[in-house]
Amino acid sequence: MSEFLDALIANPFLQYALLAGAMAGVACGVVGSYVVARRITYIAGGVAHCTLGGMGAARYFNVVHGWTFLHPLHGAAVAAVIAALIIGVVSLRAKQREDTVISALWAIGMAVGILFIAKTPGYYEDLMSYLFGNILLVSRQDLYLIAGLDVLVVGLGLLFYNKFLAVCFDEEFARLRGISVEFYYLLLLCLTALTVVVLVTVVGLIMVIALLTLPVAIAGHFANRLWHVMVAASLISIALTTGGLAVSYGPELPPGATTIALAGALYLLVVVGSRIRVLIRS
Amino acid sequence: MSQDPVITFRDVSFSYDGPSVLRDVNASINERDFVCVIGPNGGGKTTLIKLVIGLVKPQKGSVEVLGTSPDQARRRIGYMPQQVQFDPQFPVSVLDVVLMGRLGQGRVAGPYRRRDKTVALKALKEAGLADLQNRSLSSLSGGQRQRVLIARALACEPELLLLDEPTASLDPAVQDDLYALLRELNERLTVVIVSHDVGFVSAFFRSVLCVNHTAHMHPTNELDEQKVADMYGREVRLLHHDPVEHSGDGS
Repeated sequence: MSEFLDALIANPFLQYALLAGAMAGVACGVVGSYVVARRITYIAGGVAHCTLGGMGAARYFNVVHGWTFLHPLHGAAVAAVIAALIIGVVSLRAKQREDTVISALWAIGMAVGILFIAKTPGYYEDLMSYLFGNILLVSRQDLYLIAGLDVLVVGLGLLFYNKFLAVCFDEEFARLRGISVEFYYLLLLCLTALTVVVLVTVVGLIMVIALLTLPVAIAGHFANRLWHVMVAASLISIALTTGGLAVSYGPELPPGATTIALAGALYLLVVVGSRIRVLIRS
Repeated sequence: MSQDPVITFRDVSFSYDGPSVLRDVNASINERDFVCVIGPNGGGKTTLIKLVIGLVKPQKGSVEVLGTSPDQARRRIGYMPQQVQFDPQFPVSVLDVVLMGRLGQGRVAGPYRRRDKTVALKALKEAGLADLQNRSLSSLSGGQRQRVLIARALACEPELLLLDEPTASLDPAVQDDLYALLRELNERLTVVIVSHDVGFVSAFFRSVLCVNHTAHMHPTNELDEQKVADMYGREVRLLHHDPVEHSGDGS
């Protein structure tokens, strides 16, 4: 551990990684709480996989056509928001076809991404970092982008807390109180999409779902109001991304996978622990 | 008691892409009435309520509520839906739920105002839940949850209270408590309840609205077995609810 601390002081890339993880943690806690409460993790999964299409396209135009202003995260954000809006509109209009559409977008997004990446030099490294995260490669410029998204997502998520809570808890009642349920549902999906983009950098698109849901699930064992869950899940996420970095640094493990493994272990511990507590009490 | 109608149905017909659920309904409910809507399942009770709050629109005829259209009147109605399917793990406190009744009354974003909290706490007190405000909803009993939903409807500061089968899953003693609470609220509000619990009708309500594709209003003292049998289209018995202790849920 002290080896990690020394390295942290000496290396800006580790400091950037730590900051990126912490910022992702806050977005995770706030938006993840809504996602779990509203039970839309499958939508978040579909959106996450669609980001590959955006990242692949952005990288392709950046490398092959010299569009240097284009960053893979730009592509990811655009693809994620478009996917979220398509899924959102379909689920509002035709409820029974929602899962089909999500599955289709899920796969199509991946396919588009892989096609672009295959035609871009540096194919393998790019693909791996999109799929499994590249937190150690986060640059100062990435950090600004992540910070911007973080402020937007967390700001809107907290500003409309009462509305989101009502829409997640009892949609029909919210509608009767004159709230535009459709608007807030789509806004929530867009916030989820942007959170996914922040998380893709940290753990990669395949493992996004774990970081979006596990800290909330752990926090749910100790908190019984949504904003308590948000605070607890944010702190847990920050601890997990930091822990993932620290644990993986010495033995040169992939930090994204290490973070998720830690999250899974903690979740298991909490579930088993609360089971045992119930058994002892009864 | 004033005799102005709060709800008026004029020649209302409605169907969900199929055979008509309601046909040529003409009925009105007066201010401060305490009405029980009864009728067989599938007869259109819930649809009638949804017409009042404007969740569905009549294909024919018109519905007037509180002197205006259902959409306009909506915010002055306290509505409690049939069997809200709660996620038992949803992290929400009793006060959080009741505060939802204050939505749509002002601020677009940000926290609730102090007045919203005052109204919500008053509603909680009225529903007899003052000491449970910080409990999580999932830790409450079925009867307490129904009271939370009534408190949420009261937090809307309604002129009209609509409750769709509020007692469906409650045991008889808890049902009695709930009806007693509603009768108290009826001192200042018009209360309309959907129920298929016919046994309670004569004991608690002023009027009964019988709904089976069409609708007829009766004062409770006029209701007899023949009328109910006509409406249900089959032999049924009315169970009178006497104030003596008895077992069974009387349905």
